[in-house]
Amino acid sequence: MSFNNLDSLYRQVIMDHYKNPRNHGALPENALTLEMNNPTCGDRIEVHLMIEDDLIKDVKFEGEGCSISLASASMMTEAIKGQKLENALAMSETFSKLMLGEIDELSDEDMGDAEALQGVSKFPARIKCATLAWKAMEKATNQGE
Amino acid sequence: MDIQTIRADFPLLDQEIHGHPLVYLDSAATAQKPIQVIEAVNGYYRLNNANVHRGVHTIGTRATEQYEGARDRVQQFINAKHREEIIFTRGTTTAINIVAMSYGNQNLTPDDEIVITQMEHHSNIIPWQQLSKRTGATLKYIPMEADGTISLAEVETTITSKTKIVAITHVSNVLGTINPIKEIAEIAHKHGAVLLVDGAQGVPHLKVDVQDLDCDFYAFSGHKMCAPTGIGVLYGKKSLLEAMEPVEFGGEMIDFVDLYDSTWKELPWKFEGGTPIIAGAVGLKAAIDYLEDIGLDQIALHEKELVDYGLEQIKTIEGIEVYGPTERAGLITFNLTDVHPHDTATVLDTEGIAVRAGHHCAQPLMKWLDVTATARASFYLYNTKHDVDRFIAGLKKTKEFFTNVF
Repeated sequence: MSFNNLDSLYRQVIMDHYKNPRNHGALPENALTLEMNNPTCGDRIEVHLMIEDDLIKDVKFEGEGCSISLASASMMTEAIKGQKLENALAMSETFSKLMLGEIDELSDEDMGDAEALQGVSKFPARIKCATLAWKAMEKATNQGE
Repeated sequence: MDIQTIRADFPLLDQEIHGHPLVYLDSAATAQKPIQVIEAVNGYYRLNNANVHRGVHTIGTRATEQYEGARDRVQQFINAKHREEIIFTRGTTTAINIVAMSYGNQNLTPDDEIVITQMEHHSNIIPWQQLSKRTGATLKYIPMEADGTISLAEVETTITSKTKIVAITHVSNVLGTINPIKEIAEIAHKHGAVLLVDGAQGVPHLKVDVQDLDCDFYAFSGHKMCAPTGIGVLYGKKSLLEAMEPVEFGGEMIDFVDLYDSTWKELPWKFEGGTPIIAGAVGLKAAIDYLEDIGLDQIALHEKELVDYGLEQIKTIEGIEVYGPTERAGLITFNLTDVHPHDTATVLDTEGIAVRAGHHCAQPLMKWLDVTATARASFYLYNTKHDVDRFIAGLKKTKEFFTNVF
């Protein structure tokens, strides 16, 4: 069976994050928490952030959704953990551009496995899945200010 | 009923998606449009477009005749007693909201009850939640049976003398359950309540006779029955509609306008504020002509054949859960074990097969099913057994992809 066009979307690394999510769970109550839904499809991601002196000391996520939304959340936590807040927000912006197809590769920023989601840009119906966790993270940090 | 002739009427179906001939299995979301409907709307704009009910000129008269002619056609189609019982709306949602805002606001008090079910589409839940908040009336749910049906015994115990409005779907957009409307109407009336039926999934697939059902209100959308989007119908019994206040005020719906007060037109126009959906009504009439020409009974039979075949086939795939009762309308809602429905829908899409994935605007029902989302394949008059075969093959491929590739 050939799955050529699907392989660009569901890359091995994405399915690995989906099946073995990193940084999955909750953080102590003093963490910033924000839940975001994708109301059209029922995906729900809750992002927990521990920020000290503009540094993301810890990040975890919970929720339910499709492979793309959960893998993206897992990848995001790896990418932003230990990063300065402004770097994390810049990454989020870059990631959005990557999803919208405004850029097709990352130049100097290292966003880790998240780059593997680039194939999503060819599936417009799934872009919202991929950006859900990032949007929740952005909103959580706004709330914290 | 010759499917190939029917398919030839639907230009959209004749295309390739990702290199495969399109299999459209999302008619419960919106149906495709036959050339007869497209041409009717086209012809209206090319020849007869004018505003209605005001033109002294010839074109204005033609537009009015077409618009009001569509009303007569709808009346006949659902067998309403009077033509003024047919109100054109934007769709089912608007129709239900008119009843909740008008009838509901005028008649409900904090002592009263509104009764619905957990299988309702959001459009038949939220207007009642809001009405309950506005008036203090209690919102109650008729419990569902394990197979996704409603038992009349539960209807009997849930509806009480305090119940003023019962609102229930004719056909569930997720489970395919066909509810016993006539029997529920009888129970509602025995307690002095009115019955509103959400017919969005009913009218496109079943022969509906509102007098026989004896429902008080019946709401449906054109776009799910081959008509354009943006046109729908609220049917209501004349005596009820006459006593109801309009909810939209402005042009078209007035009789006399004074500086500080105004009076309303008669039925049905008092509920049709603003320039009406003329082209939509023309399209709806063409869709009714089209469907009745084939025969609603024939269409229902064809859908039953497809859904029975589909259910039989889908059960041969291991690790698949199908929701809803055996006796059902033409749709199959399901989940593949360990594959999220979005992922299922994406893989099927790459095979040219369009299905719906998500909560289907029925979050309370998803809760009842204890799932966050499901996938749904829905059939209509233009689908074939071959479509079902492609769908089943696509599901097998999806399963193969997610179990063996990773």
